[in-house]
Amino acid sequence: MGKRIGMEVAIAAAEAVALCRIDVAAVYPITPQSHIAEHLSDIVHDGRIDAEFLTVESEHSSISACAGASAAGARVYTATSSQGLMLMHEILPIVSAMRLPVVMGVANRAVSGPLNIWNDHTDVMPQRDCGWIQLFAENGQEVIDMSIQSFRIAEHPDVMLPVMVNIDGFQLTHMIEPMIMPTQEEVDRFLPPRVPFATLHPDNPLSMGCFNMPDIFMETMKAKDVALQGAKKTIIKIWKEWAKIFGRDYQPVETYKAKDADILIVTMGSMGETASVAVDEMRKSRKKVGLVKIKLWRPFPVEEFKVAVRGCKTLAVMDRALSFGGAGGPVATEIKSLFYHEKERPRVADFIMGLGGRDVRVEDFIAMVERAEKKEDDTYEFLGVRE
Amino acid sequence: MNTVQNFEIFVPKLVEKREFFSSGHRACQGCGEVLALRLLLKGLGEDAIIANATGCMEIISSAYPATAWMHPYIHVAFENAAAVASGVEAAIKALRRKGKIADREVFVAAVAGDGGTADIGLQALSGAAERGHKFIFFCLDNEAYMNTGIQRSSQTPFMAATTTSPAGKAIKGQRTGKKNMPEIMVAHGIPYVATACPSYPIDLLEKVKKAKEADGPAYIHVLSVCPTGWRSPSNETVKLGRLAVESGVFPLYEVENGKYRLTVELPEKRRPVSEYLKAQGRFRHLGPEDIGKVQALVDREYRKLIHKVTTSVSWS
Repeated sequence: MGKRIGMEVAIAAAEAVALCRIDVAAVYPITPQSHIAEHLSDIVHDGRIDAEFLTVESEHSSISACAGASAAGARVYTATSSQGLMLMHEILPIVSAMRLPVVMGVANRAVSGPLNIWNDHTDVMPQRDCGWIQLFAENGQEVIDMSIQSFRIAEHPDVMLPVMVNIDGFQLTHMIEPMIMPTQEEVDRFLPPRVPFATLHPDNPLSMGCFNMPDIFMETMKAKDVALQGAKKTIIKIWKEWAKIFGRDYQPVETYKAKDADILIVTMGSMGETASVAVDEMRKSRKKVGLVKIKLWRPFPVEEFKVAVRGCKTLAVMDRALSFGGAGGPVATEIKSLFYHEKERPRVADFIMGLGGRDVRVEDFIAMVERAEKKEDDTYEFLGVRE
Repeated sequence: MNTVQNFEIFVPKLVEKREFFSSGHRACQGCGEVLALRLLLKGLGEDAIIANATGCMEIISSAYPATAWMHPYIHVAFENAAAVASGVEAAIKALRRKGKIADREVFVAAVAGDGGTADIGLQALSGAAERGHKFIFFCLDNEAYMNTGIQRSSQTPFMAATTTSPAGKAIKGQRTGKKNMPEIMVAHGIPYVATACPSYPIDLLEKVKKAKEADGPAYIHVLSVCPTGWRSPSNETVKLGRLAVESGVFPLYEVENGKYRLTVELPEKRRPVSEYLKAQGRFRHLGPEDIGKVQALVDREYRKLIHKVTTSVSWS
């Protein structure tokens, strides 16, 4: 059994990564990721793990160094936020196309401008189509668990893709929470040493990152998509194994009081906990409200989501990013597209909330549900914004 | 592995006979850059890993599923060859220490063009050099963005015509001289910096050897004649490289622990730059007065270098 701890979540994330016996980490400091970077450097400099810790000169170089290190066969980790993730953007689809396992913690933070260091999902949404597996953690325990699971997923021979663990900045990274830290023995049992498919070494020379002419490029793109779509099966399998060892269950889509619900709130990340309190509150007045939490954003769990919301009349979707000038927020747009061909489909009410650290309270979720009940058109709305 | 026939007759026996860059690649006729690459790979020997920036050498060598590289090779993007190389180097170090791979030295080298080094790649290079990774960075400098169609870079020489610094009526080509990359790398305090040119193959190979032996990062800036971009006859590549050196346009030197040394000594009276300029279409718009300006710039830079050669002392 793991040890019960009370710890800042960012510190716990670094401890979890250390349990994975990484070989190389490359990080560049950015708020609110910095505590992960700092604590990981403490762990390496104190000799608690044997790893190379690269303090690179930018996030562009941290992800590039991770690509190189992963290609050489190392188990690698990086973490970033916001502008740092945007700077990495160019390299992200290359890492996934090269099928390089890299695990990255993303302390989600608003993207400039104007500059804002607080939490939302505007940094990760532009990375949606980069071909990475993307997980959203709801609390500290999930941050620990998903950080460890990610290495197993990324390095699995049926997957071989990079994984992002989304951790809401401040609202999760800087919280002190009660958690269970797995033991080294447990993690070793769950996560064997990496067995790379191919590595850069003179013993077996090969070329990585060759360019594609038009006669092969589309095949490469399809192969990447097949790999990412196919990863869902392996992720679920790995989660089942996790549950056996650690007793904590993970699903691509989790529900709370959803079975009989007429209206379901849809969240990703740490807001799920506040939303669940709001659900309890509304259930007291016999309102049939429930909650759906998306844990696996890419590959999107299409079937699981449809099952989770079956029979529900209205979905109140929380979008913590927006597509300026578009039809709606990224989460709601995704969900709407799932049901276009279905005979019975829920109404999808899209709410842009909690941008740049704007607080989302229990009463905001109650207001969201009330508004969703009345809403007739399918345009998106801002909630909690001063007009 | 390919070998050149009658190699012993033409080349001293010290030189690696094996080829590490396969024939059949797509470089232009007379490409000085691929000539430099072939030599430096020989210098590196078998136990090396190459991180290549996007650019001419990448695009001529690695159209999937073919590859000209016999070394383990990785290409990720344009500006990050040094960062990728630093990751590879760190991984090899950690994996070796932890007993996960064979315990023997494997050299890591980054290869980039002048744009991938001095412009878009400068930050990653500076970072990797400052962090002290044991790697060699090769800048294969053909003095413009040749792969995209001969656009100027910070390594394009004064007054050279490129497609973005054309010889116009008001502005006659490139307005500034070359940014001094070797000096920037010396300022990083790294143990070995050198210039080289494939027209001087033994000199180049010696420098690769020293770079391998250096206790830390090494940087070699290689002038690579580009017949396509320089508008020069493809059979004059080697000659043009020699003219660049003999005129003092591109002196060959090395900087070991801060101490500058000319590796190819030049006579007091160097060849005039006009000989070098007139052999290339990119300078054909220059009149006598313009050539005088180029000569003055070359003289100034050469004087600065000689001053460093005579006054610098090793910090080791």
